[in-house]
Formats: sequence, structure tokens, C-alpha cells
Amino acid sequence: MTHSNDPRGASRRDFFKISASAAAVAPVVASTALHAQPEQKPDPFAPVEVDLVVNGQRRRMALDARTTLLDALRRHAGLTGAKKGCDHGQCGACTVHVGGKRTLSCLTLAVMVREPVTTIEGLAATDGALHPMQQAFIDHDAFQCGYCTPGQIMSAVACVKEGHAGSADEIREYMSGNLCRCAAYPHIVTAIQQAKTQMEG
Amino acid sequence: MRPNDHPAPGGVQLRHVSQPLPHDSAAKHVQGAAPYIDDLPEPAGTLHLAVGGSPMARGRLIAVDLEKVRAVPGVVAVLTAADVPGKNDISPAFGDEPLFAHGHVMFHGQPVFAVAAETRDAARRAARLGAITVVQEKPAVTVEDAEKRGDTVLPDYAFIRGDASAAIDAAPNQIAGQFRIGGQEHFYLEGQVALAIPGEDGAMHVHTSTQHPTEVQHVCARILGLPDAMVTAEVRRMGGGFGGKESQASQWAAMAALAARVTGRPCKIRLDRDDDMAMTGKRHDFRVDYAVGFDDEGRIQGVEMAFLARCGCSADLSQGVVDRTMFHADASYFLPELIISSRRLKTNTVSNTAFRGFGGPQGMLAMERIIDEIACRLGRDPLDVRKVNHYGPERDTTPYGMTVEDHDVGAAILEQLERSSNYRERREAIAGFNASSPILRKGIALTPVKFGISFTLTQLNQAGALVHVYSDGSVQLNHGGTEMGQGLYQKVAQVVAEEFGVGMDRVRVTATTTDKVPNTSPTAASSGSDLNGMAARMAARQIRDRLAILAGEHFGVPAKEVVFRDDHAFAGNESLPFAELARRAHAARIHLSAAGHYKTPKLHWDRQKGVGRPFFYFAYGAACAEVVIDTLTGENRVLRVDILHDVGRSLNPAIDIGQIEGGFVQGMGWLTTEELVYDKDGRLRTHAPSTYKIPVASDVPADFRVTLFDGENREETVYRSKAVGEPPLMLANAVFCAIADAVQSIAPGRPVPLDAPATPEAILKAIQGIVAAG
Ligand code: FES
Ligand code: FES
Repeated sequence: MTHSNDPRGASRRDFFKISASAAAVAPVVASTALHAQPEQKPDPFAPVEVDLVVNGQRRRMALDARTTLLDALRRHAGLTGAKKGCDHGQCGACTVHVGGKRTLSCLTLAVMVREPVTTIEGLAATDGALHPMQQAFIDHDAFQCGYCTPGQIMSAVACVKEGHAGSADEIREYMSGNLCRCAAYPHIVTAIQQAKTQMEG
Repeated sequence: MRPNDHPAPGGVQLRHVSQPLPHDSAAKHVQGAAPYIDDLPEPAGTLHLAVGGSPMARGRLIAVDLEKVRAVPGVVAVLTAADVPGKNDISPAFGDEPLFAHGHVMFHGQPVFAVAAETRDAARRAARLGAITVVQEKPAVTVEDAEKRGDTVLPDYAFIRGDASAAIDAAPNQIAGQFRIGGQEHFYLEGQVALAIPGEDGAMHVHTSTQHPTEVQHVCARILGLPDAMVTAEVRRMGGGFGGKESQASQWAAMAALAARVTGRPCKIRLDRDDDMAMTGKRHDFRVDYAVGFDDEGRIQGVEMAFLARCGCSADLSQGVVDRTMFHADASYFLPELIISSRRLKTNTVSNTAFRGFGGPQGMLAMERIIDEIACRLGRDPLDVRKVNHYGPERDTTPYGMTVEDHDVGAAILEQLERSSNYRERREAIAGFNASSPILRKGIALTPVKFGISFTLTQLNQAGALVHVYSDGSVQLNHGGTEMGQGLYQKVAQVVAEEFGVGMDRVRVTATTTDKVPNTSPTAASSGSDLNGMAARMAARQIRDRLAILAGEHFGVPAKEVVFRDDHAFAGNESLPFAELARRAHAARIHLSAAGHYKTPKLHWDRQKGVGRPFFYFAYGAACAEVVIDTLTGENRVLRVDILHDVGRSLNPAIDIGQIEGGFVQGMGWLTTEELVYDKDGRLRTHAPSTYKIPVASDVPADFRVTLFDGENREETVYRSKAVGEPPLMLANAVFCAIADAVQSIAPGRPVPLDAPATPEAILKAIQGIVAAG
């Protein structure tokens, strides 16, 4: 998980020059790399300590600064609910909430995240009762293969909270960032309408 | 039409079958708890693969310098054709496509080598450092390029009846033209992925996202030089397949298996979206040249259709795909004299493959456009021309010699939808709207679907299932069908629970795997529940019959009087809980496991002669679509869609309606927004969702009405249901025809030069064309 004992430092450094400046914006760079440190500046490729609150639990990880939130969740926190559909910010399968806002986790660097993260795994109540949106997706068969579903549901919850679920048309518009190749769209819209009533009721 | 007064088979109310139960993994899907392959815990030491692809579409491969690749820290192995211990061949049938290019390259992005590294990141970065030297040759990109070279992947083929050319000449009216139909990227949301785990004695266990585990098993064994028995392919679920994981999952599974063999470590490959789009085949695109002769009512007298298919670099499944195009070139219409011919052209593009409908949609769309053009010429409503040409009494033989025995179902659906959609009134209202709207134009179309159900390669029409009853009365079910979202696992489980008269919670469905049910057919051709439902029922029935004998002895009645329902075995007023019966059966040394095998009856097909009965039955449907286009920009919207679709006696109406809506929307994407663009060097330029647009929620018509046709399958399928996976895709032909109708309103009587997909650009072009023709 960390690269601290990794003898590859030098060549990786050369290869990744371009991303170095991007990584440097990371405010919590902890230069704890153990391999030979050049005297002057901290190694921008050393693992960075990332402190996340995910689904109410504190998660500390040492990550390459370029690790996306999606990879941090899937590969490092063991939360595979958020899916990788494109890794380009174009399909919505990786949608999670950061500070309550829907966020494409594949376009977000884990080190940037300051606010609590909620993933599909953290949406149900602590007693296991499903969130009304989850139940509505079951009630209305709002999926087929299910691969887009975690992203759809996270997006849908936010869509309702943003006040963008006023009508079917509005839902269709504000849910258009979440692709569903199985095209379960009509049922997704109905499910959101049902859940909205319950979430607001 | 058939009234809905059929009692459930056996006169007993069914407890599970025909119920709208949710998908088998519903509760897990909404919690992100249904694992796909990329979600599985990786075994310790798992390596990650990345692929190095050809930088040219065609040429001699003279050198592959991988020194820099190997030097990247973390790289454990670099694989090329030279590392293949078995046969460097991933093709499903014709032996014409290698795992890694060797000697020459056939398309841009064709895999030349693969890197296995400790991390995915290292593998991907290393893969970019390969130096591949190709002596470039001019690629054949379009069907015209390939035609000029005379390059095909398989021989030409045709259906011929009568003397089409004479019939056309003798007819009162003639039309000739050309029509292009685009391809389609599957864009399964879960991309191609495989995880290969080496086992004892050289065995290999492959987790693969495939519709065809048996083929993955075969291809991995062939690549590794192992007997099939040493390879197990397993798939619990796919995040979408749509045909794209029928033959084309094998390459990635085989690559992972080869890497696992070479390194002795588990190896995983997951293609990046761009690589997936560039390296895997798509729906075939076509040029169709046609000529048709017809009478003054629009009745076709003779037709010639030549289908030129861009097959890509290898045959893959093109034999069956293009055959199915020909099988559906009649759409729903009787063609007295005909030549339906096809060429499978070899181009330097990725090998095109199965995609929902398997070539059928292209054949059907071409014919619907011909019908539209006839209507335009005669100034008739296209629906009337559809009706006069529809199969009917004495006009019921398909171009391949099969009799359409239930054309009344297709006709009834057309009539019913015409009424329920208010087609005639709306056509008038639209004419009124168009008369006073110079910029925005509306169009409407009502088109039928008749889709042949069965694999046209007869041997594939078989399936196996394995059912165990444990001594506590719980049931385990396994079959050869794969779950890609279509709800197959649930449908088959419903059938098995029904057989035993037990609750669904007692039936556990396990992952499809070649070590439980061998020699399976792909889950394709819409046949999943027809085949596997029957096989599972036959397996369950064997066990139930054994249990009935025991229960009969217990109750002192003949076995056939024992009834299984409500988790009990009943004889008159007496009953025994199912679990208790299972326990007693085990104690009485009764075998509680059974394998079922089903083969579709009545099929025969002589491809050489082009006659036979390739299909067990037809699935019917019809759609009416209304659209509006902006004649200044070509932008368009689908305003309303009415669908009436025939699924026989539905095994699960909730799942079937999802399939119908999903199939329709996917078809709509194919015909409106999804455009594949190859440049002249053969590079796919639309290899990401940023440049390739599939439908989103806001593209779905706001007014979308779907109804199941009330009827049952005339053939003895499982509970008289009908297949539903593919046919609904072709309902979207109505959208294309409605757009053409909107363009038509600009200049009635002139042919609409609109090719598919009807993107805004294509619509604008058609508008300019029709105006210029004046
Ligand atoms: S994976 Fe993040 S948007 Fe597609
Ligand atoms: S359910 Fe398959 S992509 Fe949405």
C-alpha cells in the first residue's frame, strides 16, 4: 500500500515529473519516505497521509498523492460499492457524497477531501434498515445489471436534497450525469419520486 | 388475438412463476454489496495486466522492443506471442485471430504484448514504453476499401427465391437506393475484466465477465495448451453484456490466464474504458444496396437487397451475425421473389461481434426504410403499406422457407397498437402542426417487430442445469446461463421453486461455472430462460419424482397423487413438510441431486440450401413513436412512445418490462446518438463517453407507455413464455422512421436521404438533401 521501501523512487520520479506539481498542492504531504532522501526538498512521491472520515469511521491511509478518492475507497478502504465505470468523470458510477454533496470520486484526489464521505455502504441506517431511496430502487426494479446502481442511488439522494426532484422532467435532467447502459431510467425516475415523498415526509 | 383466459398450466395458481419478483440480487445491488470481478478480494500476490496495442491499423510487424517495458520497476513479466505455449488463437470458430499479433497487425490497437506488474499503475505506465515497429500498409477501413481489395472474412451468401430482377421489372413501380446503418459500442458499464488464479498441476481458475464461460474455458485451454478439464471459467454476474462479452471476453481471460501461467501468480486484467472501446468489437455497420418492385398499393413483388457488412479484421461471429441480418431482412413482410445477399468484408478495424439483436436489427431497419420509401412514392401512409405487406394467410413463407405459423399475432399487435396509440388521429394532428410550423417538424411512425428465437447454429440450442436438494430441504441451483442484469437467475429460480412447491428463500442460485455444468452455450440469442429454465425444470422434476414416490409410500397413495406446494408434500388432507421429506429421503438413500438437459425441438436448418426451420418461434411487438426535429439544427426529441410487446406468458412481468424499456432505449441510442467514427488510418476516434453518446435519463421519452401483449407462446416453452432479451431493441426502428417522417414533411413525395444513426448532423444533411432534390 505504501511505496516507502520502494527502490523505484528515482525512475518513477523522472517519469512523473508532470504530475509532481499537481501533487505539491496536497496540503498534508508527510515526507516519511524511508529510502535515501536527497537533502534539500521533500520527496513529492512519498506516500502522503490521508485522513478520511468514511461512513462515520475515521480511516487513515498512506497513499500516493495522486490516488483518487475512488481508488482510496475501493483499493485501500475495502469499500467496493462505488464502481469504476469510466475513470473519466463521465459515467457517474463512482458517485459518493463528500460533505453531503454528490461527487465523482474518480475525479477527486483523496488528499483533497476534507469533509466526511458517505458511500453506498453507509447509506442504510445503523440498524441495517435501508434508506428510502434504496428501498424505492428495489420496489421499482430500478436496475438490471446493477453496476450503475450505487452511483445512481447516491446521486438520487443528493438530487432530492438539492431540491432537484420536483418533477419527473427535473429528475431526468438532474440525473443525466449517471449513465445506465441497461437503460433502467424510467424505473429510476419512479423510484426517486417515491423516495422523495418518504424523505420529505 | 388470444383472450387472457388461460388458466395457469395444470389449473393451479402459480406461486412464483409469472410473479413480478425483483431481481435476484436486488437487495445487494442497492447496497453496493453485489460483487463484480473487480470487487473480489485479490489473492495475495496478484499481478495486474496492461496491454500494449498496435500503433498502426495494418502492416508487417517487424520488431517489438520491450526492453524499456521490462526495466520499469514492478514489472514481473512481459508477454508476447512467443510466450504462448499452446495455440495463439482466440477466435471462436475460424482460427483467424491471435491473442497477440504476430507477423502482421490487423487493426489499430490490436494487442501486441501485455505487461504483468505488481501494481496496475506500474503495468499501465510500462505498457506505454513498448517500441513496436510496423511497416505500414494502407488499411482497408470502409466496406468500399475492402470491396476494392476483394477481402472478406467469410464467403458471400444469399437467399434466393424466384426471379427477383424480373419481378421488379414487371412491377408497376420500382425504387432503387442505398442506405447506411451505423455500428454500436456496447458500453457495458462494467468493462472487460478477468482474474486468473493458477491451481494445482497447472490447472487454471478464471473469474471472467463473460456471457460464454465455456468458450472462455476453451480459449484459455487452447492458449495454455491444456485439456479443457484443467480450466474452470466462473462468472457470478456481469455489469452488462449486450453481446459484447459473448466471444470477446475470451481474449482478456486468456491473457490473464497466460500471465498467471508464466508468473505462477494470480493475474488480473481490467481494461481501461478507452482501451475497451478501441480493442473490442462492436455491432456491425452496413451498407445496404436495394431495389424493389411493387404494385400501386405498395405490395412488394420483388426485392433485391445486398448487405455489405464491415466485419473488421477477423470472422469472429460474423457468420451468424450477418446470417441473422438476412433472416430479418423481411422484417414482418412477405417477399414473393427475392435475392437477399451478403458480403462479410474484411477491414482493418476491430473485429465486429455480437450485439443485442445479433445483426437482426440492421436487416429489419433496412426493410422498414424500403417500406417508408414505397409509401413516400405512392403518397400512402407507411402503416398502410406495412399492413398490405404483412405476413398473412398464403403469404406466410419466409425468404428461408420457414412458415410463419402465427402471423395473426403480429397483425393483432399492429391493429391493437394502432388503436391504443391513436395513431390515425395523431398523424392528422401532426400534419396540422407541420402545416403551421416551418422550423420545428413532427413525425410519427408505427413499426412492427418479428424476431426469430433460437440460435441459427442448431447445436447451440441446448442447455444443462444441476439441482441439489440438501437433507434440510434447501435447494441449490446451477445452470449454464449467465446473469448480466436480464434477470435470468431469478426467472430460473422461480421455475425451480415452483417445481418443488417451496418458497424462493429455499432456492440458492450459484455462480455459473464450467465445473458444475459443462459444455454450455452462450447466454445469447435471447434464449437464456427458454433453454436454462427448461433444463432446470427437468432437473428439479427428476428429484421431485423421486420424492413423490417416497411421499406416496408414506401416505399410502400413488406417487402421482402427491402434490408439492406451500413447502409441503400433500396427499389429500395429509401433508409432510418439504424439509422433513428431504431428511427422510436422504435417510432412505434416495439420490437428491439431478442434472437436466434440454434441447430445443423442431429445429432444422440447411444453410447450404438456405431452407429449414432455424427458429423455434417468433417474438412479436410493435412501437409507435412521435418525434420533433429542429430543421435548423437537426436536434430532435422523442415525444411519446407506445409499445405493445409479446412475451408470451411472462415468467416475470417486472423483469420483462425492464427488458422492453431498456432494449428500446438502447436501440434508440443506436439509431440517434451513438456514432462510431474511424479516421482514414483506421483509428477509432470515438473511444470514450465524451465522444460517444449513449442515452441518458433525459433522452428517454417523457411519455413512455409499455404494455405486454396478452397471449401465450404457441410452442411448448417453459410456462409458454417467450424470449425477451433482444426483440425490444428493434422497437426503436419506430424512432428512426418517425424522424425520417418528420424530414419527409418538408418535401412530401421525395425520398428522404437519411442514414443511421440519425444524429443532428445526419438529419441536417437529409434536410439539405431533400430540399436540394427539388
Ligand atoms: S468512474 Fe467516475 S464518472 Fe465514471
Ligand atoms: S443497471 Fe446496468 S448500467 Fe444501470
